[in-house]
Amino acid sequence: MTTAEPLLHAADLRKSYGPTPALDGASFAVHPGEVVAVMGPSGSGKSTLLHCLAGIVRPDSGTVHYRGRELSAMPDTERSALRRSEFGFVFQFGQLVPELTCVENVALPLRLTGVARKEAEARAVEWLERLEVEDVGRHRPGQVSGGQGQRVAVARALVTTPRVVFADEPTGALDSLNGERVMRLLTDAAHDTRAAVVLVTHEARVAAYSDREIVVRDGRVRDLAGTI
Amino acid sequence: MSIGHTLLGLLETGPRHGYDLKRAFDERFGHDRPLHYGQVYSTMSRLLKNGLVEVEGIEPGEGPERKRYAITDAGITDVAAWLGRAEKPEPYLQSTLYTKVVLALLTGRDAAELLDVQRSEHLRLMRELTRRKKSGDLADQLICDHALFHLEADLRWLELTAARLDQLAREVRG
Repeated sequence: MTTAEPLLHAADLRKSYGPTPALDGASFAVHPGEVVAVMGPSGSGKSTLLHCLAGIVRPDSGTVHYRGRELSAMPDTERSALRRSEFGFVFQFGQLVPELTCVENVALPLRLTGVARKEAEARAVEWLERLEVEDVGRHRPGQVSGGQGQRVAVARALVTTPRVVFADEPTGALDSLNGERVMRLLTDAAHDTRAAVVLVTHEARVAAYSDREIVVRDGRVRDLAGTI
Repeated sequence: MSIGHTLLGLLETGPRHGYDLKRAFDERFGHDRPLHYGQVYSTMSRLLKNGLVEVEGIEPGEGPERKRYAITDAGITDVAAWLGRAEKPEPYLQSTLYTKVVLALLTGRDAAELLDVQRSEHLRLMRELTRRKKSGDLADQLICDHALFHLEADLRWLELTAARLDQLAREVRG
């Protein structure tokens, strides 16, 4: 286990929705190039933890530091910019834009950061090749299979070469073979680019692609490797 | 399953005669395979020799064995070490894991912790198999997948048990 400064570090996060605490003193750290699986039963707070780490949800108390800076202390515009350029996201259902082709979907995060269309699409095609779905580039999401769509979503998450990829049940809607393929390609690509991956999953075979796991139970984090 | 550790764990809940021990074991863990008296007595004499139990008293009566056994401090330490140690992941571990969970609950230890330790050990092996699978040929992949699916079944059982610990605690503590 590396002893260097963590890339992303959360301490004592608390977050309640109404009277129910979703996070109750959760702490977490991930280092560059590390794939960490976040496991735990349904409703344990896994997704809330991921949303707090990614700056999507503001915790009631506790801190999230990204490369030494506290997320909640940043202005909204800066946090949004961070999410566009330094963070990548993969969800259970790809959440691709249905009106755009797959190439356009993958190019979108680059376009949002001001990259010219031609260059953005060229880089998108490279990532589609890497994810072994170059043949569906001109198709719209509705015309591709679930496994292909999810690989397109992974390409979109990685196209900006983010430092952290947040993946929330990325294989949840796929059969075993497609799920394995998505995990192999996602973790290989992340290792190559030294991106950290925070992988929320309830499937052990998916978690087995991680370097280590933490378990969230009742809003608290159980980390047997003792890395927090 | 380690009969010695299981009998020791049962003794931690209170001193018992050999016969009571056998009955408690059969009731909780012996479902299809009750212990033989001989197994109980040979196990107890080994535990006695190793200082993990002591004879608290000998009562006169019928039959050869009326010794009342009590666990020693060394015995309690031994039970704790066994419960805290992850089992080597392999298919069909459930009976051992079930025994450990029940004994942890009976002796007031943290059963959730035991399941966490085991989950971590299973995942360690699953990572190893996944790495092998990624670099192997199709035959390797299929062999590893077979093992991975079995280990995953164990883990699903662990999760289900973890979710039912409160209920199980109420039942085993009666």
